[in-house]
Amino acid sequence: MLSIYIKEIQSFFSTLTGYIVLIIFLLFTGLFMWVFSATSVLNYNYASLGQLFTIAPMVFMFLIPAVTMQSLAEEKQKQTIEFLATKPLSDLDIVLGKYLACLTLVCIALIPTLIYYFSIVRLGSPVGNIDNGAVIGSYIGLVFLAAVFCAIGLFTSSLTSNQIVAFILAAFGCFFVYWAFEFLSNLPVFFGHLDDFVKSLGIEYHYDNISKGRIDFKDIVYFLSLVFLFVWLTLVSLDRRKW
Amino acid sequence: MSLVVENITKYYGTQKAIDGVSFTAEPNSIIGLIGPNGAGKTTTMKILTCYMPSDEGRVNIHGLDIETDEQEIKRITGYLPEHNPLYGNMYVKEFLLFVSRIHRIPHPHQHISSIIEKVGLGIEQHKKISELSKGYKQRVGIAQAIIHDPKILILDEPISGLDPNQLVEIRNLIRELKEDKTIIFSSHILQEVESICDRVVILNKGRVITNESLLSLQEDEGEEFILNLKLTSPVDKTLLSDINGVSMVKQNDSTSYSIRCNKDEYTRELIFDTIVQSGSKIILMEFKQDSLESIFKSVTQSDS
Repeated sequence: MLSIYIKEIQSFFSTLTGYIVLIIFLLFTGLFMWVFSATSVLNYNYASLGQLFTIAPMVFMFLIPAVTMQSLAEEKQKQTIEFLATKPLSDLDIVLGKYLACLTLVCIALIPTLIYYFSIVRLGSPVGNIDNGAVIGSYIGLVFLAAVFCAIGLFTSSLTSNQIVAFILAAFGCFFVYWAFEFLSNLPVFFGHLDDFVKSLGIEYHYDNISKGRIDFKDIVYFLSLVFLFVWLTLVSLDRRKW
Repeated sequence: MSLVVENITKYYGTQKAIDGVSFTAEPNSIIGLIGPNGAGKTTTMKILTCYMPSDEGRVNIHGLDIETDEQEIKRITGYLPEHNPLYGNMYVKEFLLFVSRIHRIPHPHQHISSIIEKVGLGIEQHKKISELSKGYKQRVGIAQAIIHDPKILILDEPISGLDPNQLVEIRNLIRELKEDKTIIFSSHILQEVESICDRVVILNKGRVITNESLLSLQEDEGEEFILNLKLTSPVDKTLLSDINGVSMVKQNDSTSYSIRCNKDEYTRELIFDTIVQSGSKIILMEFKQDSLESIFKSVTQSDS
């Protein structure tokens, strides 16, 4: 697994992929946080990183599928999956190596946003007037969210050898698990009895919970279950060659 | 035996890709797997390399069962797939380092240098794989297959698309590798199979139709062979045709003849006597063996 992980990380940074992911993420979050007047924290009059944690899931919804779309689809397209599958590696080694590499890249993209945190700390009145619990919770929530999006992206990448199809499926999958349950819970059919349950199936509900700085065991179980589910589905999808 | 394949069968949907394929391979031998397109060569190789399982039958490699010892078998097997899949964006050394890590080879850098030397990648070793010619890509493919010193080497079409010089080099490399490995080798270039392999397994429509050493295959093929003769002076062609056991006589020039006759030694004695009694002498007598190409044609066509 480690060999696959190292190879993937090297491949992100030996091509433009890694750098583009970092730049696009920081550019989007930076513009929304500091430049665009409607969302700028400078006009918000409140020392908070809320904008970052609202924008980041939306950016991830497109950026993570762009990272994961090549991971298995390209191996299938170039038939290098045959090379990997005949080496002393299990399918789990291949999937986990790729999954952790994608997640590492996303986590690396989050590191520079700590500059935003320190800037806000300095801008607070008095200096340091910021809800640190909420910030830590939001970062943890964002990592969990990225973990689920990476698992969804890897799964859709395993379904096809066409990277564009993998991207579209992953973007739709991320959108669906993040927002769709929220919208569905507002349907009259669920209103009054099942709406809370339907809402709790979506990521947004759990992400909001963690972002408040309240790290609940239920939320962690929810995120980990989704990761396990999609990693398992990826393994099943890879196993299709044996059927 | 290094390799024992027993009655393996594989279905793609309802279609039988291979049907009860069985063969064995001795240590330090090269087995040629040949057959028309769609005969089941690549499917057989994919099963031997644990890429996919067979639906029926058993495979045993160096005492390991393919169903229960998959990872162990992958450790002692080297495989070059037909289309030679490589990571074009990686450098040659970077790619070989990646493969070394997979095989957990100690001191990989030193080892990679010796493999690069062995497969003749020296001058191209600092290039990206996508920048290499087909011949050098093929060498990278062979390098990744032998980097862990496997006991069994499976090469699917390793010489297709190579120019004559590259072909000779790869052929020599394969012969060199035979010294401590069992090699399963498939190719459409039958002259290469003939020159490299010790034994030939001919597949047709998913079944093994011949599994013999090249020599016995050539000896067994038919009840007749062709004798090429060079004489000191011409003899009457009808005298030769009348000999019991001779089915055809062709005069190539005034003193050379091709005679199709049975394999009985007595027939050759009669031919010798007839020529001597006609006042001529034999200065060359050789029998022409059927080429693998003609054997391949006859066995695959008779099977269909």
